[in-house]
Amino acid sequence: MPAKELSPIEVYKLLPGTNCKECGETNCMAFAAKLVNREATLQECPPLLEPKYKAAFDKLWALLKPAVRSVVVGTGDRKATLGGEYVLYRHEFTYFNPTAIAIDVSDEMPDEEFEARIKATDGFKYDYIGMTLRLDMIAVRSTSSDPAKFEAAVKKAVELTDLPLILCALNPAVMKQALSAVGDRRPLIYAATKDNWKEMADLALMYGCPVVASAPFDLNTLKSIAKTLWEYGVEDIVLDPGTQIEDGLSATIDNFTILRWDAINEEEEHLGFPLLGAPIVAWAEKAEDPVLNEWNEAVVASALVSRFSDALILHSVSGWCLLPLVILRQNLYTDPRKPVSVEAGVKPFGEPNEMSPVLMTTNFALTYYTVASDIESAKVDCYLIVVDTEGISVESAVAGRKLTADNVGEALASYKVGDLVKHRHLVIPGRAARLSGEIQEVSGWTVSVGPLDSSGIASYIDEKWKPFPEE
Amino acid sequence: MSPLTEKKEKKGILPFSIDILEALAKFQQIELEDVEISFDELELSLTPGMVVGAPRAVPPLAVPAKAKPTALLEAQVGIPREDYPGNIVEVKLGATRTEGGTRGSSVVIGGETAPAFYNFLHLPPHKPVIAFDVFDWAKVPLARAVKMHYREVLEDTAEWARLCVEKFGAEMINLHFLTIDPLIEDASPEYAVKKTEEVLQAVDVPVAIGGCGDPKKDPKVFKAVAEATTGERLLFNSVTLDMDIEETAKVVKENDHTIIAFTSMDVNRARELNRKLYDFIDKERIVMDTTTAALGYGLDYAFTVMERCRLAALKGDPELNHPLSSGTTNAWAAREAWMKMGPEWAPRELRGPIWETVTGHTLLLAGVDYFMMMHPAAAREVGNTINKLLSGKKPSETAEWVSFKI
Repeated sequence: MPAKELSPIEVYKLLPGTNCKECGETNCMAFAAKLVNREATLQECPPLLEPKYKAAFDKLWALLKPAVRSVVVGTGDRKATLGGEYVLYRHEFTYFNPTAIAIDVSDEMPDEEFEARIKATDGFKYDYIGMTLRLDMIAVRSTSSDPAKFEAAVKKAVELTDLPLILCALNPAVMKQALSAVGDRRPLIYAATKDNWKEMADLALMYGCPVVASAPFDLNTLKSIAKTLWEYGVEDIVLDPGTQIEDGLSATIDNFTILRWDAINEEEEHLGFPLLGAPIVAWAEKAEDPVLNEWNEAVVASALVSRFSDALILHSVSGWCLLPLVILRQNLYTDPRKPVSVEAGVKPFGEPNEMSPVLMTTNFALTYYTVASDIESAKVDCYLIVVDTEGISVESAVAGRKLTADNVGEALASYKVGDLVKHRHLVIPGRAARLSGEIQEVSGWTVSVGPLDSSGIASYIDEKWKPFPEE
Repeated sequence: MSPLTEKKEKKGILPFSIDILEALAKFQQIELEDVEISFDELELSLTPGMVVGAPRAVPPLAVPAKAKPTALLEAQVGIPREDYPGNIVEVKLGATRTEGGTRGSSVVIGGETAPAFYNFLHLPPHKPVIAFDVFDWAKVPLARAVKMHYREVLEDTAEWARLCVEKFGAEMINLHFLTIDPLIEDASPEYAVKKTEEVLQAVDVPVAIGGCGDPKKDPKVFKAVAEATTGERLLFNSVTLDMDIEETAKVVKENDHTIIAFTSMDVNRARELNRKLYDFIDKERIVMDTTTAALGYGLDYAFTVMERCRLAALKGDPELNHPLSSGTTNAWAAREAWMKMGPEWAPRELRGPIWETVTGHTLLLAGVDYFMMMHPAAAREVGNTINKLLSGKKPSETAEWVSFKI
């Protein structure tokens, strides 16, 4: 059943109905609502795990499982979950597991380059609206086709990083030797093809590893491999429909769309697997300036992030082309059902003193970061009060009564703003102008109405700000 | 109606056949449980009939004891054949001499009958267009990586437009009048008419006329320019809910121009503005802009609002079926596009244009028909992608990336 059509009632009917509160909810109906929103899992309901509810558990599991299977790669804290998706378009529900990005190394790479690439991937970090954006996997490629060299390379990789690995070798003998060394790290096997599927399936079963089914630009064969693997007993499958960046770009985008459509709208069992893209094909012909390869790779990767890919293999480790990708996937995998908010409180900017301006905004992340960025670029030393409006922007929060004189007054008091400055002069956003009189009454602070847009903060402070306006 | 509910309803009118299929499936399963069959026989007897050509409603048969296949099982991927009831109106921008204007060429945008680049359903009938932003104010704040391409022409609006067409291959010029802003120079409508005429002389591609965002001033300027350029099919950018919609719409229609309806990331407001416009102007003159936020600064909202508008229109919403416009240059509002950052993120000369490129690509896949862009490399890249997606070319010999050497 597609996620968006499931109602809490359908789920509630199958729950034990004990209202025992062991899940942390007040009753079974509340828990059912959480389950439908995928904010809770069945395992959080202890009675349901008892043998007598097995039939109900199985039914619930089938009702709630994603259309695209979740496939876990790697072990430990940095394991990656691919897929686990319910919808084609994010506004229909939400996307869950951001596209995992893998960077490649090869078994013929000089040691220094090999290590540097793994360290760069492992250590990649960017702080963005209170989150740390990172890269997710290492793809080790067998360019030598030598089992011993490949084994040595994967061993070296696991010594250098805890990141999950994708083992890339089409020769099962090469794959086997690598798995004998690192099979316990649950690497993703790339790949089972129409020629080697049986040997790869045996390896996947023997080591309990997920495996990619690969058939570039041949969807029927791809499905045929996936179906055969499934019937063979391999459950954790990833699909590689092929990636091209020139003539085949249109077919690439088409194939990702067709596969995801069939998995979600047609509930096609043998296509309900995560999708793997390989923008690394942009390096097939090395350009005179490798910047062109990097650019082409990033551009096709961005298209595949918006078009349903669950994992991508890239070669470039340059920050300028990876940064837009990690931000794009964070954006698109943000839950559109929930406003994005930041922590409420007082944030100092620059080096404020007791005569510095006190400004105010809401805790909607976009509003906050826009205001913060404008204050920073204007180099204004000040305090910014971030009022909790449940993640709603200024204008909507005023209209929806989430931003009121009372909660501004409370914020001023509970954050002890009066201890930070000598004056009692608050500048509120232009879009909250109608609250000015009331805030003044409730808080006892003098209230001035600032600019409508935070880009005007610099000139406002410059021209109008005085700690004691009445003097 | 969503494809899903539709499918459900179709199932709903055929309860008996579904039941029969299910019963049949159960029956086969029961039969098999009582018979001992070797794996080879099982494949022979089951594989062909089981999946190939089987209707989608058949539940998969449980194979007893998980017989391991010894050869690839056949399978076919169903190519979606969704038939969307709605379609996007076509809007013609610019008019040639024979069409009543002075342009060397005109372009048509819109006309889609499928979501953006679902080429397996239908190719879009028209190519999305890339217009270059030109400003009439030399002091317009621009990122260094952008400004370096326009330094020579910042003071001369017509030359700026010419440079975009001749050097960067602009398909349209998107002229923005900033100096008319009462807070900048409060330049007169007559000034805007004169500048428009200069730009129309300098280039022969279609032209869009942008205001300063003042809901009182813009309509005055639009009126003067529209009346002085009757028949040119300029694209006025834009009409908003806080303007005198009637006056602006009428003057655009009466002088044979087109208009962008601009709203701020809200599907319902987009619908409301279109509905108000329909009283005064024909649909084939309206392009929609639901606001473009930069990558990292709300692109997800921009993407989703556009995608929702486009899908709703294709499903038959008669108030949202207009070509979409995107101020992709807004990508530069992201600090990551222009700011000096640590060496691991350098050089910003590349980070900036790729920011605009990725913002544009993402919205291309949401359905944008008209891009307003600035960095020549970003515009070229989005244009290249459009051409590749529309080329109709088949994949070439696949590069085997597992073992190639980089």
